Amino acid sequence: MAYPFPSDAWVQALKEAINTSQAYREAAKTWEGDFFFVIEPDDTTTLDKPVTLYMDLWHGECRDAYVVADPASHRQPEFVISAPYAVWRQVVTGELDPIKAMMTRQLKLQGNLMKIMRSVKAAHELVRCCTMVPTEFPDQPTTS
Amino acid sequence: MWFFRSPEIVYGKEALSYLEQLHGRHAFIVTDATLVERGFLERICRHLRRAGMAVTVFADVEPEPSLETVRRGAQAMEAHQPDWIIGLGGGSCLDAAKAMWVLYERPDLDPDAISPLAPLGLRQKARLICIPTTAGTGSEATWAIVLTDRSAQRKLGLGSPEVLPDIAIVDPVLTQDLPPALTAATGMDALTHAIEGFTSTWANPFSDALCVHAARLILAHLPRAVHHGGRDPEAREAMAVAAAMAGLGFGNSMAALAHALGHSAGAVFKVHHGRIVGLFLPYTIEFTAYHGEGRYQALARSLNLPAQDDPTAARTLAATVRRLAEDIGEPSSLQALGIARSALEENLERLCDLVDVDPTVVTARRVPHREEVRRLFLYAYEGRPVDF
Ligand SMILES: [Zn+2]
Repeated sequence: MAYPFPSDAWVQALKEAINTSQAYREAAKTWEGDFFFVIEPDDTTTLDKPVTLYMDLWHGECRDAYVVADPASHRQPEFVISAPYAVWRQVVTGELDPIKAMMTRQLKLQGNLMKIMRSVKAAHELVRCCTMVPTEFPDQPTTS
Repeated sequence: MWFFRSPEIVYGKEALSYLEQLHGRHAFIVTDATLVERGFLERICRHLRRAGMAVTVFADVEPEPSLETVRRGAQAMEAHQPDWIIGLGGGSCLDAAKAMWVLYERPDLDPDAISPLAPLGLRQKARLICIPTTAGTGSEATWAIVLTDRSAQRKLGLGSPEVLPDIAIVDPVLTQDLPPALTAATGMDALTHAIEGFTSTWANPFSDALCVHAARLILAHLPRAVHHGGRDPEAREAMAVAAAMAGLGFGNSMAALAHALGHSAGAVFKVHHGRIVGLFLPYTIEFTAYHGEGRYQALARSLNLPAQDDPTAARTLAATVRRLAEDIGEPSSLQALGIARSALEENLERLCDLVDVDPTVVTARRVPHREEVRRLFLYAYEGRPVDF
């Protein structure tokens, strides 16, 4: 079955993919840092409000992952990465290099970019895990 | 979406005299003692005075400049309030000038905070000119800064697009009498920039054009520049232009694995940057041969080298780099550098740790796992072509 993006089920499936990936475990074994991934609605999606995913990544493992109901009352994570849906779609499918997307500010990063660049292997493996999750995208039907 | 960024580049014979056309009050030159001895500094001061400027000189930059030196330079700038900063020298002087300028503009900033996304708000007090005296690092055309944090024994790779110099002055007179060994080592750096800039995952049509032509110029002129020195001004001029061009190329597409391995081994064994990245270049090309996605073939074709497919092209390129290195007297293995096997083995884990955190891994087409990094070092030690 495919998991709807961005949902609790999807982020749980991603957590599962991360925790069974030997390559991620190896690449991220020194990584410590948690994230908000904020997916903002745009005209390519049927999403009608921003969705915030929380992920706690620690020493090659995903310790926690869920949709954040109320980001304002949630503990502030070390990194917040936000972007419109269309950009996330390309990142999650492996079409857009997330580091490059941060350099061009297509992905807006709050947090230390250099720390992420020093863990690029982990970032690559994380994207690979995303591409392994069967995903259903809430694309806006194109009218032709 | 991507960017192409470039300084204004003034090049060729008498390019230095462009300094006389500048408008400003006070120029602050960042350089080292060697450049003072070679008489270049005096020449540059003369041009600046003709432009009606006061000149202050900081000639204390050491090879692999430290944070301490950078802080001292920034304080001296603060005392003199220059409106032009001029970096004069090899990569160390240019990088030091960039960093001092940032701290002069932003005394509140920790150098660690010079990152591609942090708005620095430079150019409120001064602008930056870089004048290279080697044909290699291309630092005059990039926004990268490499410093050494002596207290933590680590290299700091910093950078921000704002740090890109306003003007680069590439005058071949400055490299005319470069000794053969330095010509060779810095030339290998330029070649590595050209090849890695072309094969990096961030390569783009602008960087491609510059990297290909830089590689052509270097393959044709580096042996001449090394063997004939000042007797071959045409080769010197071509190398000066090629180094800036390669810098501009890879500065807009990033380097790759030869730089990651080179930064690591260079820091541990104290080897010249150009020499060590040039040494690793053929090994990393071979390692990436089956992951080039057509880039090696495209590059080899542009250089008129045999290239029926990507892996063949990669091997041809690696062989071409090895032949060039041999011709100009550059070492082709870590062993040939005089490193003891026991020293390599003792440091192997640290070498791998440093590669792991090197930002140039970001743009490598094949990112090695730790065991592969270990093997790359061992193969490069023995001079064995990579077959895994
Ligand atoms: Zn270099």
